[in-house]
Amino acid sequence: MATIFEGFIEAFYLLASFDKEIYSIIGLSIFVSMTATILSSVIGILVGTLMGLNEFPLKKTIVKIVYSLMALPPVVVGLFVTLVISRRGPLGNYQLMFTPLAMIIAQTVLITPIITGIIYNQTKEYGEDIREISLTLGGNKIDQTILVMRELKRTIAIATTTGFGRGISEVGAVMIVGGNIKGHTRVMTTFIAMNNSMGNYSESIAMGIVLIVIAVCTNTALHRISGDVR
Amino acid sequence: MKRLLVFLVLVSLLAACTSPTTGPNVESEIILTTTTSTENSGLLTSILGDFTEKTGIEAKVVAVGTGKALQMGMDGEADVLLVHAKESEEAFVADGHGLERFDVMYNDFIIIGPESDPANLKDIEADALRAFEAITESKSKFISRGDDSGTHKQELSMWNRLNIVPGGDFYISAGRGMGEVITMADELEAYTITDRATFLSMADKVESKILLEEDPLLFNQYGVIAVNPEKNVRINSEGANSFVEWILSDSTQELIREFGVDTFGQSLFIPNAR
Repeated sequence: MATIFEGFIEAFYLLASFDKEIYSIIGLSIFVSMTATILSSVIGILVGTLMGLNEFPLKKTIVKIVYSLMALPPVVVGLFVTLVISRRGPLGNYQLMFTPLAMIIAQTVLITPIITGIIYNQTKEYGEDIREISLTLGGNKIDQTILVMRELKRTIAIATTTGFGRGISEVGAVMIVGGNIKGHTRVMTTFIAMNNSMGNYSESIAMGIVLIVIAVCTNTALHRISGDVR
Repeated sequence: MKRLLVFLVLVSLLAACTSPTTGPNVESEIILTTTTSTENSGLLTSILGDFTEKTGIEAKVVAVGTGKALQMGMDGEADVLLVHAKESEEAFVADGHGLERFDVMYNDFIIIGPESDPANLKDIEADALRAFEAITESKSKFISRGDDSGTHKQELSMWNRLNIVPGGDFYISAGRGMGEVITMADELEAYTITDRATFLSMADKVESKILLEEDPLLFNQYGVIAVNPEKNVRINSEGANSFVEWILSDSTQELIREFGVDTFGQSLFIPNAR
């Protein structure tokens, strides 16, 4: 019990001392996950809305694939991204392995299906009605699609927050493509995994607290948004 | 909604600014794969700054087991290796994957275990093989690295000499790094073999004790190898050679000797480059 208590005390000291290493790790985590979420949102919202509003060949299969991809294990994503970006891989020329960009790519692969799936789901439920409204107001196909996206703001917010939550809390993908390199690709989750393995409990706890706080804030935002009455 | 978006973008940019960027002196990078034991001991964190100062090259350290480090070398995914499995390293060079192998430093392996010492290693003096036998005979728990690392290879060589195939309920193959295995051994009150440096750096965090040491069979040699640049165009061969030169240089060897003396009263790694 004493170790746990001590760990928490030291954790607070660590956070309060504004240790440069710790804060740059936190910063990198947020940067990577947020960038990935933004990229995923752009793709996901577009694709999800279009899928929800239109018919196209093999739609049923593609929908099933998107839903399945939502459950992609992060470590598997890391593995597949590595195969592509490592020096031997097709994108080897860009030397992306062990860089923050690689981590952003991996998380984007992870998060895009999630956002696409959520947006698609809501769009197919409500999209048609919204589109009809746009149609009666004289909108063309593009106007209709844009109106759908705007009306489903809440869904978008939910999807994005869910995506971000997934990104910031995963460790498998960023560990494999990033390598947990000190000063370059060390993020909160890989930091915790490493320090825990070395028995550095106060550091792990400190970072764990920050991660939990971020997760809680993200989820609170999620609830507020989804509970919002328009 | 718009304000939220703007706020998020700002936070993201702010976060990016607090992220570490490479220092002003850095001109290029090398990928150095090394073992978890070297990394966990803190040696590299301590001395690599000197390398960057002297050469302007930043060494990105990827800590994996020796087996994986060698594999990354074979695949051309790393520029230089710092590992501790001499036989495998020599095979690596003989097969053309590396240019040349150099001795860098050594320390020794030790067998650690619980205070209760069910296998009675305390009564065995400097005889690792007897110790391994005792552990098997008493069916005491033993944690193996199980990850093709230098330490794992060392452990396997012991079992080989005894003609024992380790297995059964008492033999736990972890598949993890040295630090993790030490923590596991502590938690499960098991024995394990570890390099002295990693154990010392964690000694105050675990209850395991050194129960067997100083058998010449436990000698642990570290070597450095620059990956053969003919593997692919992206290997930073210049950087790799600079690293090899630097780590074999007198001043770095001295840095290695000094590492740990203040905290532990002894060198954790003993330099022996020629």
